Amino acid sequence: MTETGDPGQQSWRQLGILPAIEYWIATVQGFWAASAETNSYMEASGKAEQELEKIEQQIVQLESAAGDNQEAHRQLAMLQEQVANLRKQVTAAMGPWQRTELARHPQRPYMLDWVELMFTDWSELHGDRRFGDDPALVCGMAKFHGEDVLVIGHQKGRDVKQRVHRNFGQANPEGYRKAMRLMRLAEKFNRPIFTFVDTQGAYPGLGAEERGQAEAIAYNLREMAKLTVPVIVTVTGEGGSGGALAIAIGDRVLMLENSVYSVISPEGCASIMWRDSTKRELAAQALRITAPDMMEMGIIDAIVPEPPGGAHRDYQGAAAALDAVLQTNLAELKKLTVQQLLDGRYNKFRKMAQFFTEE
Amino acid sequence: MSWFKRQSQDFDTSGERKVKTEGLWVKCDQCRQIIWKKDLEENLHVCPKCDKHFRIDARTRLAQLFDNGEYTMEDGNLSSTDPLKFTDLKPYAARLKAAQKQTGLKDAIINARGLILGKPVIISAMEYSFIGGSMGAVVGETITRAIEKATKERIPIIIISASGGARMMEGTISLMTLAKISAALARLDQAGMPFISVLTDPTTGGVTASFAMLGDLNIGEPGALIGFAGPRVIEQTIRQKLPEGFQRSEFLLEHGMLDAVVHRRDLKNYIARAFEFMAVRKQGA
Repeated sequence: MTETGDPGQQSWRQLGILPAIEYWIATVQGFWAASAETNSYMEASGKAEQELEKIEQQIVQLESAAGDNQEAHRQLAMLQEQVANLRKQVTAAMGPWQRTELARHPQRPYMLDWVELMFTDWSELHGDRRFGDDPALVCGMAKFHGEDVLVIGHQKGRDVKQRVHRNFGQANPEGYRKAMRLMRLAEKFNRPIFTFVDTQGAYPGLGAEERGQAEAIAYNLREMAKLTVPVIVTVTGEGGSGGALAIAIGDRVLMLENSVYSVISPEGCASIMWRDSTKRELAAQALRITAPDMMEMGIIDAIVPEPPGGAHRDYQGAAAALDAVLQTNLAELKKLTVQQLLDGRYNKFRKMAQFFTEE
Repeated sequence: MSWFKRQSQDFDTSGERKVKTEGLWVKCDQCRQIIWKKDLEENLHVCPKCDKHFRIDARTRLAQLFDNGEYTMEDGNLSSTDPLKFTDLKPYAARLKAAQKQTGLKDAIINARGLILGKPVIISAMEYSFIGGSMGAVVGETITRAIEKATKERIPIIIISASGGARMMEGTISLMTLAKISAALARLDQAGMPFISVLTDPTTGGVTASFAMLGDLNIGEPGALIGFAGPRVIEQTIRQKLPEGFQRSEFLLEHGMLDAVVHRRDLKNYIARAFEFMAVRKQGA
């Protein structure tokens, strides 16, 4: 029984776990391939994702059980790679609705996670000096690789209490006014601005209307076009309509691979256009909201890749990729004069949406 | 909850015209007065009894504001390419075609040039009957051109809003028009040129959340629905009925969002007066 002279490996094989896992992966692969043929990605990707998660858990358990058996580790690593590859396929083929779900994933890194992952010396700044402070839109001073910058972003909550406190990341007028006040501060002291967009939309409430939600957003759109410091926007989760745009006028607009950017939520669109909010998958498809769509339509400058399966699976990996892109873009923008910066920003938005014919 | 419910449906205020008099008579859906159509037209489409301001189309609006009703139309040759190939229950391309046929316009906007009390003015007026006055790439580009001309030629500009907001069928592209127009307004502002925003019934969504709220003066028509979110969306969010008059011009005036609510018959003189005030620019602009 000792062909290789390694009893550990032998008992390992006898357990037959590795072939079993291999078979399991093959099953998922087969299921996935079949779904590709019938074009039923929608349900399939969710199910495949679930299975892969289970497989991965098994692999992790086996890793610890394998001890110092090198051969077992090698094989496990190979299986791990197979899982990652398959996951990449599944993610790549994911429909716009699945991406929306991924963009809304409760474990997805939020604004304050990004701050912790990529910035140092964070200190939050509060209030619009007019009405109040808005916890749904967070602003603060921070250092980015040693350089002082202003960071702004929508913050969602993870548990019920946090969600209520953050109003589900849906800002009120005071949030947008706070952001503008602090962008002016950054401008005064010549600090670059990073914004992180992740909101379903501006809050559609009674008080928000009374305090001028529309005016607050409109004012930001106009004033951000005038800022004399570099502004780098990253859509990290949901780019929900005007509430997103109000902090998204920048010299660079980036999107994470699995984020979405839209004029209305798929549910909202479905209930208006199809009069049936369950048609959200159709609506998501029709609205063209994914990062590659935005790239194709010239709305964004770059797509930042996420770790296989999404940013929520690997915060460090996601942050490392984004950090590198932010650094390059900031370095590029800092070379420009103020006039070049302003002209560049104007032309960027001026040239957008050229989807018409002129006789 | 009241104890008694009205049985009769006489007082239906759904706004639908029940009496079909083939265009000779119009019923005011506010006071239910039957008005002879010619009287209504002479009264600038305002109910003579209750002052309800009826919705009017862009051309009627322009004729009311410009001297002798004379103006020249510009930039009217742009039409959408249906970038998303959007189809819901009906293809967007078909909706576009129908709206173009119905209104005789290429999209929901008219740029016009003319005189107001003898002074040149550029007006960009939205057409509500064209897919709800919604704003897509064409409307965005057309308004931007009007603003750029006003900036370059130093002519005062008026934008008249009548819109449900961004055009869903053009997705994020329509969202980007908010940014585009607002950026053009930033340049107009920095050039020290005046811009009057006239908000008519209805002005909601992305239009309110961009240029409509960015006027040097924001003028509302009486009773116009003006807001960011639609009333139904707000009701669903907060799960309660909205108070009477919520999101009407008068409500916005009270909450500091409008400079004035002006009766249609006074609008032209009001605008002329305001441009006179804004005729002297600050040094250096």
